Amino acid sequence: MSTLGQAFQQAFGLVASGDPDLIGIVALSLRISLTAVLLSTLIGLPLGAAIAVGRFPGRKTLIVILNALMGLPPVVVGLLVYLFLSRAGPLGDLGILFTPAAMVLAQTILILPIIAALSRQAIEDAWVEYQEQLRSLGAGRLSAALTLLWDTRFSLVTAVLAGFGRAAAEVGAVMIVGGNIDGVTRVMTTAIALETSKGDLPLALGLGIILLALVLTLNAAAYLTKEAAQRRYG
Amino acid sequence: MRAPSTILPLALDNVSFVAGGRAIVDSISCEIAAGGRTIIVGPNGAGKSVLMRLCHGLLQPTAGRVFWRGASGNAVHRRQAMVFQRPVMLRRSALANIEYALALQNVSRGERARQAQDALARVGLAHLSDRPARVLSGGEQQRLALARAWALRPEVLFLDEPTASLDPGAAREIENAIAAVHASGTKIVMTTHNLGQARRLGDDILFMHQGRLAERAPAERFFTATATTEAAAFIKGELPWT
Repeated sequence: MSTLGQAFQQAFGLVASGDPDLIGIVALSLRISLTAVLLSTLIGLPLGAAIAVGRFPGRKTLIVILNALMGLPPVVVGLLVYLFLSRAGPLGDLGILFTPAAMVLAQTILILPIIAALSRQAIEDAWVEYQEQLRSLGAGRLSAALTLLWDTRFSLVTAVLAGFGRAAAEVGAVMIVGGNIDGVTRVMTTAIALETSKGDLPLALGLGIILLALVLTLNAAAYLTKEAAQRRYG
Repeated sequence: MRAPSTILPLALDNVSFVAGGRAIVDSISCEIAAGGRTIIVGPNGAGKSVLMRLCHGLLQPTAGRVFWRGASGNAVHRRQAMVFQRPVMLRRSALANIEYALALQNVSRGERARQAQDALARVGLAHLSDRPARVLSGGEQQRLALARAWALRPEVLFLDEPTASLDPGAAREIENAIAAVHASGTKIVMTTHNLGQARRLGDDILFMHQGRLAERAPAERFFTATATTEAAAFIKGELPWT
Protein backbone atom coordinates (compact mmCIF):
# COMPACT_ATOMS: atom_id res chain seq x y z
CA MET A 1 0.00 0.00 0.00
CA SER A 2 2.80 2.41 0.91
CA THR A 3 4.59 1.72 -2.39
CA LEU A 4 1.40 2.56 -4.20
CA GLY A 5 1.02 5.73 -2.17
CA GLN A 6 4.65 6.67 -2.82
CA ALA A 7 4.26 5.94 -6.48
CA PHE A 8 1.26 8.25 -6.69
CA GLN A 9 3.12 10.96 -4.79
CA GLN A 10 6.11 10.78 -7.10
CA ALA A 11 3.85 10.59 -10.12
CA PHE A 12 2.07 13.81 -9.21
CA GLY A 13 5.48 15.35 -8.51
CA LEU A 14 6.64 14.40 -12.00
CA VAL A 15 3.55 15.78 -13.61
CA ALA A 16 3.78 19.01 -11.61
CA SER A 17 7.50 19.48 -12.32
CA GLY A 18 6.88 19.55 -16.06
CA ASP A 19 9.64 17.02 -16.76
CA PRO A 20 10.80 17.61 -20.39
CA ASP A 21 10.95 13.89 -21.22
CA LEU A 22 7.44 13.48 -19.98
CA ILE A 23 6.21 16.47 -21.95
CA GLY A 24 7.92 15.14 -25.07
CA ILE A 25 6.16 11.80 -24.74
CA VAL A 26 2.77 13.42 -24.14
CA ALA A 27 3.23 15.80 -27.07
CA LEU A 28 4.19 12.98 -29.44
CA SER A 29 1.21 10.91 -28.30
CA LEU A 30 -1.17 13.76 -28.98
CA ARG A 31 0.40 14.58 -32.31
CA ILE A 32 0.11 11.01 -33.55
CA SER A 33 -3.37 10.28 -32.24
CA LEU A 34 -4.86 13.63 -33.29
CA THR A 35 -3.39 13.27 -36.78
CA ALA A 36 -4.89 9.79 -37.03
CA VAL A 37 -8.25 11.14 -35.82
CA LEU A 38 -8.13 13.95 -38.37
CA LEU A 39 -7.37 11.56 -41.25
CA SER A 40 -9.99 9.03 -40.13
CA THR A 41 -12.57 11.79 -39.78
CA LEU A 42 -11.85 13.17 -43.25
CA ILE A 43 -12.31 9.70 -44.74
CA GLY A 44 -14.75 8.17 -42.26
CA LEU A 45 -17.51 10.78 -42.21
CA PRO A 46 -18.01 10.93 -45.99
CA LEU A 47 -17.71 7.13 -46.11
CA GLY A 48 -20.31 6.75 -43.37
CA ALA A 49 -22.64 9.18 -45.13
CA ALA A 50 -22.19 7.43 -48.48
CA ILE A 51 -23.03 4.03 -47.01
CA ALA A 52 -25.97 5.48 -45.06
CA VAL A 53 -27.59 7.16 -48.05
CA GLY A 54 -26.27 5.09 -50.92
CA ARG A 55 -27.90 2.11 -52.58
CA PHE A 56 -25.51 -0.38 -54.10
CA PRO A 57 -25.07 -4.15 -54.17
CA GLY A 58 -23.28 -5.53 -51.13
CA ARG A 59 -24.28 -2.62 -48.93
CA LYS A 60 -25.50 -4.79 -46.06
CA THR A 61 -22.39 -6.93 -46.19
CA LEU A 62 -20.27 -3.81 -46.08
CA ILE A 63 -22.14 -2.57 -43.02
CA VAL A 64 -21.60 -5.85 -41.20
CA ILE A 65 -17.90 -5.85 -42.08
CA LEU A 66 -17.51 -2.23 -41.02
CA ASN A 67 -19.22 -2.92 -37.69
CA ALA A 68 -17.03 -5.98 -37.13
CA LEU A 69 -13.90 -3.96 -37.89
CA MET A 70 -14.69 -1.71 -34.93
CA GLY A 71 -13.37 -4.56 -32.81
CA LEU A 72 -10.13 -4.87 -34.76
CA PRO A 73 -7.35 -5.90 -32.33
CA PRO A 74 -4.59 -3.24 -32.33
CA VAL A 75 -1.79 -5.82 -32.37
CA VAL A 76 -3.21 -7.37 -35.52
CA VAL A 77 -3.36 -3.97 -37.21
CA GLY A 78 0.18 -3.34 -36.02
CA LEU A 79 1.34 -6.65 -37.43
CA LEU A 80 -0.30 -6.06 -40.83
CA VAL A 81 1.07 -2.54 -41.14
CA TYR A 82 4.46 -3.89 -40.05
CA LEU A 83 4.40 -6.50 -42.82
CA PHE A 84 3.50 -3.88 -45.40
CA LEU A 85 6.13 -1.39 -44.26
CA SER A 86 8.97 -3.78 -43.48
CA ARG A 87 11.88 -3.72 -45.92
CA ALA A 88 10.59 -6.78 -47.82
CA GLY A 89 7.00 -5.56 -47.77
CA PRO A 90 5.12 -3.89 -50.63
CA LEU A 91 5.52 -0.44 -49.05
CA GLY A 92 9.03 -1.09 -47.75
CA ASP A 93 10.54 1.52 -50.08
CA LEU A 94 8.79 4.27 -48.16
CA GLY A 95 11.17 3.58 -45.28
CA ILE A 96 8.73 4.79 -42.65
CA LEU A 97 8.73 1.76 -40.36
CA PHE A 98 9.63 2.81 -36.80
CA THR A 99 8.68 6.44 -37.45
CA PRO A 100 5.68 8.45 -36.23
CA ALA A 101 4.27 8.29 -39.77
CA ALA A 102 3.92 4.52 -39.49
CA MET A 103 2.17 4.96 -36.13
CA VAL A 104 -0.27 7.45 -37.64
CA LEU A 105 -0.98 5.02 -40.45
CA ALA A 106 -1.63 2.12 -38.06
CA GLN A 107 -3.91 4.18 -35.81
CA THR A 108 -5.80 5.56 -38.80
CA ILE A 109 -6.53 2.03 -39.99
CA LEU A 110 -7.55 1.09 -36.47
CA ILE A 111 -10.06 3.91 -35.89
CA LEU A 112 -11.35 4.56 -39.40
CA PRO A 113 -13.92 1.74 -39.06
CA ILE A 114 -15.05 3.11 -35.70
CA ILE A 115 -15.67 6.60 -37.03
CA ALA A 116 -17.19 5.35 -40.29
CA ALA A 117 -19.48 2.79 -38.64
CA LEU A 118 -20.73 5.10 -35.88
CA SER A 119 -21.34 7.99 -38.29
CA ARG A 120 -23.06 5.62 -40.72
CA GLN A 121 -25.49 4.64 -37.97
CA ALA A 122 -26.18 8.24 -36.90
CA ILE A 123 -26.65 9.46 -40.47
CA GLU A 124 -28.86 6.53 -41.45
CA ASP A 125 -31.14 7.16 -38.45
CA ALA A 126 -31.50 10.77 -39.57
CA TRP A 127 -32.01 9.68 -43.19
CA VAL A 128 -35.04 7.64 -42.16
CA GLU A 129 -36.56 10.78 -40.67
CA TYR A 130 -35.50 13.21 -43.42
CA GLN A 131 -35.72 11.12 -46.56
CA GLU A 132 -39.20 12.01 -47.83
CA GLN A 133 -38.85 15.68 -46.97
CA LEU A 134 -35.47 16.01 -48.70
CA ARG A 135 -36.64 14.13 -51.77
CA SER A 136 -39.77 16.26 -51.88
CA LEU A 137 -37.61 19.38 -51.85
CA GLY A 138 -35.68 17.98 -54.79
CA ALA A 139 -32.43 16.99 -53.07
CA GLY A 140 -30.39 14.32 -54.82
CA ARG A 141 -28.46 11.71 -52.86
CA LEU A 142 -25.26 13.73 -52.82
CA SER A 143 -26.83 16.89 -51.49
CA ALA A 144 -28.92 14.81 -49.06
CA ALA A 145 -25.71 13.22 -47.73
CA LEU A 146 -24.11 16.63 -47.22
CA THR A 147 -27.23 17.94 -45.52
CA LEU A 148 -27.32 14.95 -43.18
CA LEU A 149 -23.62 15.30 -42.32
CA TRP A 150 -24.30 18.82 -41.15
CA ASP A 151 -27.58 18.03 -39.41
CA THR A 152 -26.15 15.11 -37.42
CA ARG A 153 -23.05 17.08 -36.44
CA PHE A 154 -23.67 16.65 -32.70
CA SER A 155 -23.88 12.87 -32.98
CA LEU A 156 -20.82 12.80 -35.21
CA VAL A 157 -18.79 14.47 -32.47
CA THR A 158 -19.39 11.35 -30.39
CA ALA A 159 -18.21 9.13 -33.24
CA VAL A 160 -15.00 11.12 -33.60
CA LEU A 161 -14.44 11.06 -29.84
CA ALA A 162 -14.80 7.29 -29.77
CA GLY A 163 -12.09 7.16 -32.42
CA PHE A 164 -9.82 9.43 -30.42
CA GLY A 165 -10.35 7.39 -27.27
CA ARG A 166 -9.35 4.24 -29.09
CA ALA A 167 -6.29 5.85 -30.69
CA ALA A 168 -5.00 7.41 -27.48
CA ALA A 169 -5.50 4.27 -25.44
CA GLU A 170 -4.17 1.55 -27.73
CA VAL A 171 -0.64 0.22 -27.25
CA GLY A 172 -0.33 -2.82 -29.51
CA ALA A 173 -0.26 -1.14 -32.92
CA VAL A 174 2.09 1.73 -32.07
CA MET A 175 4.39 -0.63 -30.21
CA ILE A 176 4.84 -2.89 -33.21
CA VAL A 177 5.16 -0.28 -35.98
CA GLY A 178 6.81 2.42 -33.87
CA GLY A 179 9.22 0.27 -31.94
CA ASN A 180 9.02 2.42 -28.77
CA ILE A 181 12.27 4.25 -29.56
CA ASP A 182 13.13 6.76 -26.84
CA GLY A 183 12.65 10.31 -28.06
CA VAL A 184 11.45 9.19 -31.51
CA THR A 185 8.47 6.89 -31.31
CA ARG A 186 7.86 6.52 -27.59
CA VAL A 187 4.31 7.53 -26.71
CA MET A 188 2.35 7.45 -23.47
CA THR A 189 0.98 3.94 -23.76
CA THR A 190 4.23 2.30 -24.89
CA ALA A 191 6.12 4.21 -22.19
CA ILE A 192 3.68 2.99 -19.55
CA ALA A 193 4.15 -0.60 -20.70
CA LEU A 194 7.95 -0.24 -20.69
CA GLU A 195 8.29 1.60 -17.37
CA THR A 196 5.96 -0.87 -15.67
CA SER A 197 8.04 -3.81 -16.86
CA LYS A 198 11.20 -2.00 -15.67
CA GLY A 199 9.57 -1.33 -12.32
CA ASP A 200 9.58 2.47 -12.65
CA LEU A 201 6.06 2.79 -11.36
CA PRO A 202 6.02 6.57 -10.70
CA LEU A 203 6.74 7.45 -14.31
CA ALA A 204 4.26 4.84 -15.55
CA LEU A 205 1.63 6.10 -13.15
CA GLY A 206 2.33 9.74 -13.97
CA LEU A 207 1.80 9.02 -17.64
CA GLY A 208 -1.32 7.05 -16.84
CA ILE A 209 -2.73 9.97 -14.88
CA ILE A 210 -2.01 12.39 -17.73
CA LEU A 211 -3.55 10.02 -20.27
CA LEU A 212 -6.72 9.67 -18.24
CA ALA A 213 -6.91 13.41 -17.57
CA LEU A 214 -6.51 14.22 -21.27
CA VAL A 215 -9.20 11.82 -22.40
CA LEU A 216 -11.50 12.95 -19.62
CA THR A 217 -11.01 16.66 -20.35
CA LEU A 218 -11.57 16.23 -24.05
CA ASN A 219 -14.72 14.18 -23.53
CA ALA A 220 -16.09 16.59 -20.95
CA ALA A 221 -15.48 19.55 -23.25
CA ALA A 222 -17.11 17.77 -26.16
CA TYR A 223 -20.06 16.68 -24.07
CA LEU A 224 -20.72 20.15 -22.69
CA THR A 225 -20.43 21.74 -26.13
CA LYS A 226 -22.79 19.16 -27.55
CA GLU A 227 -25.29 19.67 -24.73
CA ALA A 228 -25.25 23.43 -25.12
CA ALA A 229 -25.53 23.23 -28.89
CA GLN A 230 -28.33 20.73 -28.74
CA ARG A 231 -30.29 22.88 -26.32
CA ARG A 232 -29.82 25.77 -28.67
CA TYR A 233 -30.60 24.00 -31.96
CA GLY A 234 -32.92 21.22 -30.81
CA MET B 1 -36.47 25.40 -72.56
CA ARG B 2 -39.43 27.36 -71.31
CA ALA B 3 -41.35 25.93 -68.39
CA PRO B 4 -44.86 24.90 -69.37
CA SER B 5 -47.52 27.25 -68.09
CA THR B 6 -49.27 24.42 -66.26
CA ILE B 7 -48.53 20.81 -65.39
CA LEU B 8 -52.14 20.07 -64.41
CA PRO B 9 -54.30 18.13 -64.71
CA LEU B 10 -52.83 15.23 -62.76
CA ALA B 11 -54.03 11.88 -64.07
CA LEU B 12 -54.06 8.50 -62.38
CA ASP B 13 -54.61 5.56 -64.66
CA ASN B 14 -55.57 2.37 -62.84
CA VAL B 15 -52.96 3.00 -60.13
CA SER B 16 -52.21 0.33 -57.53
CA PHE B 17 -49.62 0.15 -54.81
CA VAL B 18 -49.02 -3.25 -53.26
CA ALA B 19 -46.78 -3.73 -50.25
CA GLY B 20 -46.42 -6.85 -48.17
CA GLY B 21 -48.97 -8.65 -50.32
CA ARG B 22 -51.66 -6.07 -49.53
CA ALA B 23 -53.05 -3.53 -51.97
CA ILE B 24 -52.77 -0.28 -50.05
CA VAL B 25 -53.96 1.61 -53.11
CA ASP B 26 -56.18 -0.47 -55.33
CA SER B 27 -56.84 0.36 -59.00
CA ILE B 28 -57.55 4.06 -58.73
CA SER B 29 -58.27 6.08 -61.85
CA CYS B 30 -59.08 9.76 -61.62
CA GLU B 31 -58.04 13.17 -62.75
CA ILE B 32 -57.26 16.17 -60.59
CA ALA B 33 -57.66 19.46 -62.40
CA ALA B 34 -56.63 23.02 -61.65
CA GLY B 35 -58.89 25.22 -59.60
CA GLY B 36 -60.62 24.24 -56.40
CA ARG B 37 -59.21 22.51 -53.36
CA THR B 38 -59.22 18.74 -53.65
CA ILE B 39 -59.56 16.94 -50.34
CA ILE B 40 -58.92 13.23 -49.97
CA VAL B 41 -60.90 11.90 -47.01
CA GLY B 42 -61.34 8.50 -45.47
CA PRO B 43 -60.70 6.56 -42.30
CA ASN B 44 -57.18 5.82 -41.06
CA GLY B 45 -55.57 3.11 -43.16
CA ALA B 46 -57.69 3.86 -46.22
CA GLY B 47 -54.53 4.58 -48.24
CA LYS B 48 -54.78 8.38 -48.39
CA SER B 49 -51.17 9.10 -47.52
CA VAL B 50 -49.84 6.48 -49.93
CA LEU B 51 -52.04 7.86 -52.70
CA MET B 52 -50.64 11.32 -52.05
CA ARG B 53 -47.05 10.03 -52.14
CA LEU B 54 -47.82 8.34 -55.46
CA CYS B 55 -49.17 11.62 -56.82
CA HIS B 56 -46.12 13.56 -55.59
CA GLY B 57 -43.70 10.96 -56.97
CA LEU B 58 -42.23 9.83 -53.65
CA LEU B 59 -43.55 6.34 -54.36
CA GLN B 60 -43.80 4.54 -57.66
CA PRO B 61 -47.03 2.63 -58.36
CA THR B 62 -46.67 -1.15 -58.58
CA ALA B 63 -49.25 -1.06 -61.35
CA GLY B 64 -50.83 1.70 -63.42
CA ARG B 65 -49.50 5.13 -64.21
CA VAL B 66 -49.39 8.56 -62.61
CA PHE B 67 -48.78 11.42 -65.00
CA TRP B 68 -49.28 15.12 -65.53
CA ARG B 69 -51.06 16.06 -68.69
CA GLY B 70 -49.40 19.48 -68.90
CA ALA B 71 -45.79 18.33 -68.78
CA SER B 72 -43.45 15.45 -68.12
CA GLY B 73 -39.92 14.75 -66.98
CA ASN B 74 -37.94 16.83 -64.54
CA ALA B 75 -39.99 19.96 -65.04
CA VAL B 76 -42.85 18.32 -63.17
CA HIS B 77 -41.18 17.88 -59.81
CA ARG B 78 -40.16 21.51 -59.46
CA ARG B 79 -43.75 22.62 -59.83
CA GLN B 80 -45.03 20.74 -56.80
CA ALA B 81 -44.34 20.82 -53.09
CA MET B 82 -45.53 18.80 -50.14
CA VAL B 83 -46.24 19.40 -46.47
CA PHE B 84 -46.07 16.31 -44.26
CA GLN B 85 -48.03 15.40 -41.18
CA ARG B 86 -44.93 15.77 -39.04
CA PRO B 87 -42.73 18.56 -40.37
CA VAL B 88 -39.05 17.70 -40.77
CA MET B 89 -36.97 20.70 -39.83
CA LEU B 90 -33.25 20.98 -40.43
CA ARG B 91 -30.94 21.92 -37.54
CA ARG B 92 -30.67 25.53 -38.54
CA SER B 93 -32.71 28.70 -38.22
CA ALA B 94 -36.27 29.02 -39.46
CA LEU B 95 -35.10 31.37 -42.22
CA ALA B 96 -32.25 29.05 -43.22
CA ASN B 97 -34.71 26.17 -43.57
CA ILE B 98 -36.54 28.08 -46.29
CA GLU B 99 -33.31 29.29 -47.88
CA TYR B 100 -32.18 25.67 -48.05
CA ALA B 101 -35.23 24.70 -50.08
CA LEU B 102 -34.74 27.70 -52.39
CA ALA B 103 -31.07 26.79 -52.88
CA LEU B 104 -32.11 23.32 -54.07
CA GLN B 105 -34.21 25.05 -56.72
CA ASN B 106 -31.19 27.10 -57.80
CA VAL B 107 -32.55 30.41 -56.59
CA SER B 108 -29.65 32.86 -56.50
CA ARG B 109 -28.06 33.59 -53.13
CA GLY B 110 -29.17 37.20 -53.09
CA GLU B 111 -32.77 36.32 -53.87
CA ARG B 112 -33.01 33.56 -51.27
CA ALA B 113 -33.00 35.69 -48.14
CA ARG B 114 -35.59 38.06 -49.53
CA GLN B 115 -37.95 35.34 -50.71
CA ALA B 116 -37.52 33.38 -47.48
CA GLN B 117 -38.30 36.45 -45.36
CA ASP B 118 -41.30 37.05 -47.52
CA ALA B 119 -42.58 33.49 -47.04
CA LEU B 120 -42.09 33.69 -43.27
CA ALA B 121 -44.04 36.91 -43.12
CA ARG B 122 -46.94 35.37 -45.02
CA VAL B 123 -47.44 32.71 -42.35
CA GLY B 124 -46.88 35.17 -39.51
CA LEU B 125 -43.46 33.87 -38.44
CA ALA B 126 -41.29 36.83 -39.43
CA HIS B 127 -40.42 37.50 -35.78
CA LEU B 128 -39.01 33.96 -35.40
CA SER B 129 -36.76 33.97 -38.46
CA ASP B 130 -33.51 33.61 -36.48
CA ARG B 131 -34.80 30.96 -34.08
CA PRO B 132 -33.56 27.40 -34.56
CA ALA B 133 -36.37 25.63 -36.38
CA ARG B 134 -36.30 22.54 -34.18
CA VAL B 135 -37.09 24.40 -30.98
CA LEU B 136 -40.25 25.98 -32.40
CA SER B 137 -43.61 24.61 -31.24
CA GLY B 138 -45.42 21.99 -33.32
CA GLY B 139 -47.80 24.54 -34.77
CA GLU B 140 -44.99 26.96 -35.59
CA GLN B 141 -42.99 24.19 -37.23
CA GLN B 142 -45.95 23.23 -39.39
CA ARG B 143 -46.48 26.86 -40.42
CA LEU B 144 -42.77 27.02 -41.23
CA ALA B 145 -43.12 23.86 -43.33
CA LEU B 146 -45.98 25.53 -45.15
CA ALA B 147 -43.91 28.68 -45.67
CA ARG B 148 -41.04 26.54 -46.98
CA ALA B 149 -43.35 24.84 -49.47
CA TRP B 150 -45.00 28.14 -50.43
CA ALA B 151 -41.65 29.83 -51.02
CA LEU B 152 -41.05 27.39 -53.87
CA ARG B 153 -44.09 28.90 -55.65
CA PRO B 154 -45.47 25.48 -56.53
CA GLU B 155 -48.34 25.08 -58.93
CA VAL B 156 -49.61 22.20 -56.81
CA LEU B 157 -49.24 21.88 -53.06
CA PHE B 158 -49.82 18.48 -51.46
CA LEU B 159 -50.64 18.38 -47.76
CA ASP B 160 -50.76 15.10 -45.87
CA GLU B 161 -52.84 15.45 -42.69
CA PRO B 162 -51.15 18.79 -41.97
CA THR B 163 -53.07 19.44 -38.76
CA ALA B 164 -53.41 15.90 -37.39
CA SER B 165 -50.85 16.37 -34.63
CA LEU B 166 -51.80 19.93 -33.70
CA ASP B 167 -54.15 21.46 -31.16
CA PRO B 168 -57.29 23.21 -32.49
CA GLY B 169 -55.82 26.71 -32.30
CA ALA B 170 -52.71 25.78 -34.23
CA ALA B 171 -54.82 23.75 -36.67
CA ARG B 172 -56.95 26.80 -37.37
CA GLU B 173 -53.87 28.89 -38.16
CA ILE B 174 -52.70 26.23 -40.60
CA GLU B 175 -56.14 26.17 -42.24
CA ASN B 176 -56.00 29.93 -42.67
CA ALA B 177 -52.55 29.70 -44.18
CA ILE B 178 -53.73 26.97 -46.57
CA ALA B 179 -56.60 29.19 -47.65
CA ALA B 180 -54.09 31.97 -48.32
CA VAL B 181 -51.88 29.66 -50.38
CA HIS B 182 -54.92 28.69 -52.40
CA ALA B 183 -55.95 32.31 -52.85
CA SER B 184 -52.48 33.01 -54.27
CA GLY B 185 -53.29 30.63 -57.13
CA THR B 186 -51.82 27.33 -55.96
CA LYS B 187 -53.77 24.12 -56.46
CA ILE B 188 -54.36 22.43 -53.08
CA VAL B 189 -54.50 18.65 -52.74
CA MET B 190 -54.86 17.58 -49.14
CA THR B 191 -55.63 14.47 -47.12
CA THR B 192 -57.51 14.58 -43.85
CA HIS B 193 -59.52 12.23 -41.73
CA ASN B 194 -61.17 15.26 -40.14
CA LEU B 195 -64.48 15.81 -41.92
CA GLY B 196 -65.05 19.18 -40.30
CA GLN B 197 -61.85 20.33 -41.91
CA ALA B 198 -62.80 18.76 -45.23
CA ARG B 199 -66.03 20.68 -45.06
CA ARG B 200 -64.34 23.98 -44.22
CA LEU B 201 -61.65 23.71 -46.90
CA GLY B 202 -62.92 21.36 -49.56
CA ASP B 203 -64.32 22.07 -53.00
CA ASP B 204 -63.81 18.61 -54.46
CA ILE B 205 -63.94 15.50 -52.26
CA LEU B 206 -62.32 12.14 -52.96
CA PHE B 207 -63.48 9.51 -50.49
CA MET B 208 -61.16 6.52 -50.06
CA HIS B 209 -62.12 3.25 -48.47
CA GLN B 210 -59.83 0.23 -48.17
CA GLY B 211 -57.49 1.45 -50.89
CA ARG B 212 -60.23 2.20 -53.38
CA LEU B 213 -61.68 5.47 -54.55
CA ALA B 214 -65.18 4.84 -53.28
CA GLU B 215 -66.79 8.16 -54.12
CA ARG B 216 -65.93 11.47 -55.67
CA ALA B 217 -68.17 14.49 -55.58
CA PRO B 218 -68.23 18.26 -55.18
CA ALA B 219 -68.07 19.04 -51.46
CA GLU B 220 -71.61 20.33 -51.25
CA ARG B 221 -73.07 17.17 -52.71
CA PHE B 222 -70.72 14.83 -50.81
CA PHE B 223 -71.93 16.09 -47.46
CA THR B 224 -75.60 16.50 -48.25
CA ALA B 225 -76.36 13.74 -50.74
CA THR B 226 -73.80 11.03 -50.12
CA ALA B 227 -73.97 8.39 -52.80
CA THR B 228 -72.24 5.36 -51.27
CA THR B 229 -73.01 3.54 -48.04
CA GLU B 230 -69.30 3.53 -47.04
CA ALA B 231 -69.11 7.29 -47.27
CA ALA B 232 -72.43 7.70 -45.51
CA ALA B 233 -71.22 5.49 -42.66
CA PHE B 234 -67.97 7.42 -42.44
CA ILE B 235 -69.77 10.76 -42.31
CA LYS B 236 -72.19 9.43 -39.73
CA GLY B 237 -69.32 8.16 -37.56
CA GLU B 238 -67.28 11.33 -37.86
CA LEU B 239 -70.05 13.89 -37.69
CA PRO B 240 -72.75 12.22 -35.59
CA TRP B 241 -74.54 15.53 -34.97
CA THR B 242 -75.43 16.14 -38.62
